Amino acid sequence: MSVRYGLLALLAEAPTHGYQLKTAFERRTGSSWALNIGQVYTTLQRLERDGLVEAASSGGDRRDYRITGAGRTQLEAWFATPVVPEGPSRDELTIKVLLAVAASDVDVTEVLQRQRTASVEQLQAYTRRKAQADPEKDLAFLILLDALIFRTEAEVRWLDASEARIRHVTRPRKEAAR
Amino acid sequence: MTTLVQLEGATRWFGSGHTEVVALHPTDLSVAAGELVAIMGPSGSGKTTLLSLVGGLDRPSRGRVIVAGQDVGALNPRGLAVLRRRTVGYVFQDLNLLSGLTARENVSLPLELDGRSPGEARTAAEAVLASVGLTELGDRFPDDLSGGEQQRVAIARALVGGRRIVLADEPTGALDSITGESVMRLLRAHCNEGGTGILVTHDAAHAAWADRVVFLRDGRIVDEARPAPSPEFTASASRPELATSGSDAA
Ligand SMILES: Nc1ncnc2c1ncn2[C@@H]1O[C@H](COP(=O)(O)OP(=O)(O)OP(=O)(O)O)[C@@H](O)[C@H]1O
Ligand SMILES: [Mg+2]
Repeated sequence: MSVRYGLLALLAEAPTHGYQLKTAFERRTGSSWALNIGQVYTTLQRLERDGLVEAASSGGDRRDYRITGAGRTQLEAWFATPVVPEGPSRDELTIKVLLAVAASDVDVTEVLQRQRTASVEQLQAYTRRKAQADPEKDLAFLILLDALIFRTEAEVRWLDASEARIRHVTRPRKEAAR
Repeated sequence: MTTLVQLEGATRWFGSGHTEVVALHPTDLSVAAGELVAIMGPSGSGKTTLLSLVGGLDRPSRGRVIVAGQDVGALNPRGLAVLRRRTVGYVFQDLNLLSGLTARENVSLPLELDGRSPGEARTAAEAVLASVGLTELGDRFPDDLSGGEQQRVAIARALVGGRRIVLADEPTGALDSITGESVMRLLRAHCNEGGTGILVTHDAAHAAWADRVVFLRDGRIVDEARPAPSPEFTASASRPELATSGSDAA
């Protein structure tokens, strides 16, 4: 999905050919997303079929593409539309924590702490990369790292909140039992 | 590596009998020169208690706290004051800047209290203010600075005079994420130059600037995080994929 719009965004600036698109796309996404050239050509063919791009020239061995009016309209609509989060999470971590809370013989706090440590270790690794990056030259890469960092941070906040909720429920009961 | 901070069975309790609260159970921790350590844990887990012991603001009920070779528990009040003026800088959660003094005067005060001449203290204060990016704002009073700028003044005051150990209790509390990041970069730079830092934070993204993240719960260290192997951004046709390489490229 995003490759399609990524190529459209690049072609909206200037007509160009497949290989150029591949390298420009990789540079813009902070080198996080390597495309294979075959995928670029398949995507271009689909875009052409849908009337969103057209051949600008076919001289020699390479073929330049340019965006069409319909292509620009679709691209604008894409940028203007927020990405809607998917429904309730079904990822493994969420499920694991929910099941640990329900299971009587699992120390949930332990499960949460192990995950917290792992997430913070991942954050430390991202942050090292961030510390080495050049704020101007590596802008795209830094923005990408921020995305990874804040997602992981959110996970840790969720672990903290889960632990606090569990404490709130189990503490008074334990103390009353004494 | 030189150990600058060492806790050996350091324990702190308050009150006695059935009103006794153990804020810190016997704790061992050692921090070397060049290391930045973050402390995380729920409210009431003993983070400030631990930091106050290292900063010489409090003494252990039992065990030892050794800071730059000195046993904090054995120092008299004068000795503690000297330790705080020369070796350990403390960034308080509420900053504690003196509102009647300019930023520069706030920073030079610890040196003047330590007997340095006003001229010398001023020069040193200006150098530290420059290192935190506040050269232009030295004449402003704290109330006329933004929260992030005040935070940097507080850090400058903690570092002035070449103090090697900086302790910070929630130094990024009320800052937006990029300003908070600049505070973390300052602490990181201090440690990269051979200093030592211990910071308390609730924010995992800020804690991640540390070499080690220590987790406290109910007055005990329960775990410690060290950086995962450096992530590699690998070729993937469908979506950005982060793989973990075996070696740390950092
Ligand atoms: N002077 C004191 N007298 C009695 N109890 C105290 C004193 N100082 C701290 N405590 C208790 O010791 C425990 C640890 O407190 P501490 O301030 O170290 O927590 P913290 O981890 O810094 O929490 P927060 O994140 O809320 O700042 C708490 O239960 C607190 O009530
Ligand atoms: Mg505290």
